[in-house]
Amino acid sequence: MSAFIEALGRVPPLLAAHVLLSASALLLGIAISLPLGIWSARNATVARVSLGFASLVQTIPSLALLALFYPLLLSLSTLVGGGIPALGFLPSLIALTLYALLPIIRNAVAGLQGIDPAVIQAADAVGMTPAQKLRLVEAPLVAPVLIAGIRTAAVWTIGAATLSTTVGQPSLGDMIFAGLQTQNWALVLAGCISAAALALAVDALIGGIEYGIRARRRWLWIASAVMLLAGTAVATVPLWPKSGGDRTVVVGAKNFSEQYILARLIGDRLEHAGYTVEYRDGLGSAVVFGALSGGDIDVYVDYAGTIWANEMKRTDVPEHGAMVAAIGDWAKRAHDVGLIGSLGFENAYAFAMKGAEAKAKGIASLDDLVKAAPGMTLGSDLEFLERPEWAAVKRAYPLRFAKTTPYSPTFMYRALESGNVDVISAFSSDGRIAADGLTVLTDPRRAIPGYDAILMVAPKRAGDAKFVAALKPLVGSIPVEAMRAANYRVDRDTDKQTPEAAATWLANRIGR
Amino acid sequence: MFPASCAQMPDNLPAPDLVLAFERVTKTYGSTIAVDAVSLDIARGAFVALVGTSGSGKSTLLKTINRLVEPSEGRVTIDGADVAAEPAPELRRRIGYVFQNIGLFPHMTIAENIAIGLRIAGRGEEAKVGDLLDLVDLPRDIAGRMPDALSGGQRQRVGIARALAPGAKLLLLDEAFGALDPVTRDALGTRIRDLHDRLGLTTILVTHDMAEALLLADRVLVMKAGRIVADATPAELVSGKGGDDAQALVQVPRAQAERLQALVS
Repeated sequence: MSAFIEALGRVPPLLAAHVLLSASALLLGIAISLPLGIWSARNATVARVSLGFASLVQTIPSLALLALFYPLLLSLSTLVGGGIPALGFLPSLIALTLYALLPIIRNAVAGLQGIDPAVIQAADAVGMTPAQKLRLVEAPLVAPVLIAGIRTAAVWTIGAATLSTTVGQPSLGDMIFAGLQTQNWALVLAGCISAAALALAVDALIGGIEYGIRARRRWLWIASAVMLLAGTAVATVPLWPKSGGDRTVVVGAKNFSEQYILARLIGDRLEHAGYTVEYRDGLGSAVVFGALSGGDIDVYVDYAGTIWANEMKRTDVPEHGAMVAAIGDWAKRAHDVGLIGSLGFENAYAFAMKGAEAKAKGIASLDDLVKAAPGMTLGSDLEFLERPEWAAVKRAYPLRFAKTTPYSPTFMYRALESGNVDVISAFSSDGRIAADGLTVLTDPRRAIPGYDAILMVAPKRAGDAKFVAALKPLVGSIPVEAMRAANYRVDRDTDKQTPEAAATWLANRIGR
Repeated sequence: MFPASCAQMPDNLPAPDLVLAFERVTKTYGSTIAVDAVSLDIARGAFVALVGTSGSGKSTLLKTINRLVEPSEGRVTIDGADVAAEPAPELRRRIGYVFQNIGLFPHMTIAENIAIGLRIAGRGEEAKVGDLLDLVDLPRDIAGRMPDALSGGQRQRVGIARALAPGAKLLLLDEAFGALDPVTRDALGTRIRDLHDRLGLTTILVTHDMAEALLLADRVLVMKAGRIVADATPAELVSGKGGDDAQALVQVPRAQAERLQALVS
């Protein structure tokens, strides 16, 4: 219960961002749908096209729709020479706005076409201009139906906004995604309940407006509207501009426990240095570097091999120190991004098997695995099979598995434990390797590059001496044992800790 | 039956002069001819009934006056001016139009419905809702009610008050009594005739009921297949003039009257 109450403490800033995003998307959706709906009610061709488009949008899963705008905006930004943010608020706003169109247009059309033709003829006959007819007759008569459509759109938008976490826009989805990742069910529950409560409250208030207009209870719809506006204003208080906006920094994190812990470790240090810290959790590997170089986030921890292969497109595997130095030069030159240094541990992709099974089959290295692979199933994380590292491994070792199955990291370990898979693409800093007694296979051909954890800072922070000074002490300070132990505190099945608590523990352990 | 009703017209108006003229007005819908080259003059102060069976084109012809229907060919003039010469809303604000389905605005009170013509014209003057309710024999206290609280007959009276509120001198009645019960229908018809005389209106009544036309109008036009096939006074029609098409319609109420007479004698 206390974990749930603690989790609720994270709600206000996320709720504020969630409300701001949903409200903006809904307002924009209304602004587009209303003229389109009116036009559609008067013109069958326009109705076919606009309703067809809006229905088509609805058939795209909301997660896919959100993801779609990242490459679209990215190429658009390249086309116009930069300046269009491909992550965060903009793609979320566009996707949610498109999502809100259908119910509003459909209800506007249905409402307008449902007005008694005699009333329309009377409006013409008394000499109303088209504008007067719209304002005095059609608008009031269509309002209840239209507002019912807006109500549907609002509930959809609030629900789908939880998914905007995946494109780097903070929302209540942050809690759901992070909780799911770290198996912190209190966090998942708090996120779900907050999002549901928000949707129900908005549904009830817009329902009040709808009923008030339908039943001509003026006080009811005015009171509902006032409460809706006041609620929106109060919920977004944490976002209102405070003095010293430059002091607010955003710490990014990818979507696994170690990243959440390191983000809190970094955030705590920056708060001590007097910054106001916000977190962007759950960013995909593919987007997080772009978010940093674009200034959407100020700092995050990446891994040398990831930058090396994904961003620099290199396939050679140099020695660790040389690789980090080369990344530092490249980041500065190509993106003006700063590399503060290595944290001191490595989180490499590591093929792991159950200790007993590896021993029984006599498998100790990837070379040994080649023979056994055709009878085995490989469990991987969600992105590994698409990553250049997997291609590099396959080039060095002719591995042919009977089957490959991607899992979210937590479930990948479960699958190995339960025997659903025989080998997993583990992470070398994962606390579960030691805890579960797994054997990490060696890489005699050195196909997997070094994955030293490195602190990356955004261009505008690279020159901020105070900012860099706050983080510098972390360089070289985290041995892999400490990181594994911290990770295990979050990942273990019993007595789980939050990433915040694990970060505090880690800070004490490393004496920083 | 309505002898010398024209004598009740205000003295200051000139003798029956030209107010409304149709010049070869034609309306086609695809290959269907609804109104077929109708030319017609209607004098100021006249109460004209336009009678015909369903589909004869009488309602379409009426609507060319306030441009709810735009003619395919020909033109309509009021006091010599083409109705198409000004924006339709401007024209319609000077013409009262009452139709069978009434079309009261369901979200407005009775008072707001009646005052709508003045409101949209932005004339700034207060509609005399009370006087208008008196005019159509409705109690003044219904002004604040909503249309759905009224009976069909009361709603049609409100429709008439709404049509007359902006001071219209030309009143178009499009099957205005069609949906009412016979008692209400008769009372309202009589009331309309009375208003026509008192306010010096020019009234055109479209109806399929020849008895109603004979009892209310000064002049009866019979339409068939988009053409006017008879143009006569009620007295002439009752005395057997006006042609076969008109007499076929007159025969219905006449036969009914004779059968009723036979019951008492």
